[in-house]
Amino acid sequence: MSELLKVTHLQKKFGDNVVLKDINLSVKKGEVVVIIGPSGCGKSTFLRCLNGLEEIQDGVIVVDGLPVEAGKREITKLRQKIGMVFQSYELFPHKTVLENIILAPMKVQKRSKDEAIKEALELLDKVGLVDKKDYYPRQLSGGQKQRVAIVRALLMHPDILLFDEVTAALDPEMVHEVLETMLSLAKSGSTMLIVTHEMSFARAIADRIIFLDKGEIVEESSDAKSFFIKPTTERAKKFLKTFDYE
Amino acid sequence: MANLGIDVLFKGTNFLRLLQGLWVSVEISLVSVAISILLGLVVGVLMTFNKLWLKAILKIYLEIVRIMPQMVLLFIVYFGTTRVFGWDITAEAAAIFVFSFWGVAEMGDLVRGSIKSIPKIQFESAYALGMDKKQTYFYIILPQTIRRLIPLSINLITRMIKTTSLVMMIGIVEVLKVAQQIIEANRKASPNAAFGVFAVVFLLYFIVCWPISRLAVYLEKRWA
Repeated sequence: MSELLKVTHLQKKFGDNVVLKDINLSVKKGEVVVIIGPSGCGKSTFLRCLNGLEEIQDGVIVVDGLPVEAGKREITKLRQKIGMVFQSYELFPHKTVLENIILAPMKVQKRSKDEAIKEALELLDKVGLVDKKDYYPRQLSGGQKQRVAIVRALLMHPDILLFDEVTAALDPEMVHEVLETMLSLAKSGSTMLIVTHEMSFARAIADRIIFLDKGEIVEESSDAKSFFIKPTTERAKKFLKTFDYE
Repeated sequence: MANLGIDVLFKGTNFLRLLQGLWVSVEISLVSVAISILLGLVVGVLMTFNKLWLKAILKIYLEIVRIMPQMVLLFIVYFGTTRVFGWDITAEAAAIFVFSFWGVAEMGDLVRGSIKSIPKIQFESAYALGMDKKQTYFYIILPQTIRRLIPLSINLITRMIKTTSLVMMIGIVEVLKVAQQIIEANRKASPNAAFGVFAVVFLLYFIVCWPISRLAVYLEKRWA
């Protein structure tokens, strides 16, 4: 399988504070990579570097053969290949569900309105929200907003999808509907990078688990099940223990 | 009941003249407000940019507007420039220039505040969809800014309308000037006219400003 994303020697600093050091990662087409780790370990910052929302101080990020460089004009082209879903949904509050979804395909990719609407409705139907198409974001629940945000990212036909703790702001009963949507995406062969605190979900969806701590990859495993049962590093063991109650 | 002197307005074309005067005030306000909103949006966006020299220039501009009484500015532009630069501008043009100069600065500052109140991640959400800076401002940030701006700008707009009464100082015959003329012409026949006529002027200003504030309430509700 072909390599879609390649990160080499990535370093990210905020001032003098090094938040990511020497990150190396490559992701193949169709792979689902889950990144876990304690709060403040740099997971979200890492995702934000991948689509140029954060500038990096060293290293190279290559998506589909093209370098990601924040602040460059070409970045808008690259971002169309990289869909991102945020923790706080970030729908546009002044636009309806449908307008939120079709805006970028129409304005950025210059697709026709009819075609964008047609596909938007198909995707909304898949996530069970087609009857909400004319609602404003404030009229939706958190889980519904997040599914709209996922559809909005999907309509750009990205090669890779980044999920930044997309269930962290949701009520527990809403988490399930969002995770179900992501699972079906994974099954349909989407390439995904997921930052999450939902360990059982991570185990179910991951082709590969990355454990990040203090800005570096401490453990990497392509066998999610055995990672959660028997992590090899002490730091991963300690981290996973915080999810157990005995 | 005391004679309020309103009857003066029904003599000859007095009331029509008053309305014509009102139209002069409204015309100057409308043009100045329109310019202030359009250029204010641009200036407000510029104020949020991280360019030091740009920030400094706009800051000085805003402070000049805040410190300078509008009437002084009117005198400088209308009387002052004629001799010094030899500009021959009409009083209306001078008035519109001064009111726009004031309105753009204050509107710009309101726009800046509204943009700053929009979470940074709304920009990022738009960037993540591949939008460039222009598209992000145009489709995402400015529409939200304008919604937040409405209640704030109504105050400025009504203040601008009310302050147009100053333009009679540079010889423009607007509603207040017409009112004075009517009162003076009828000083002997109806000495009480000052009350009635000014009261009607008061009402006319209210009739102009009130729909604007109702519109703001309506828009605020609709966009809440």
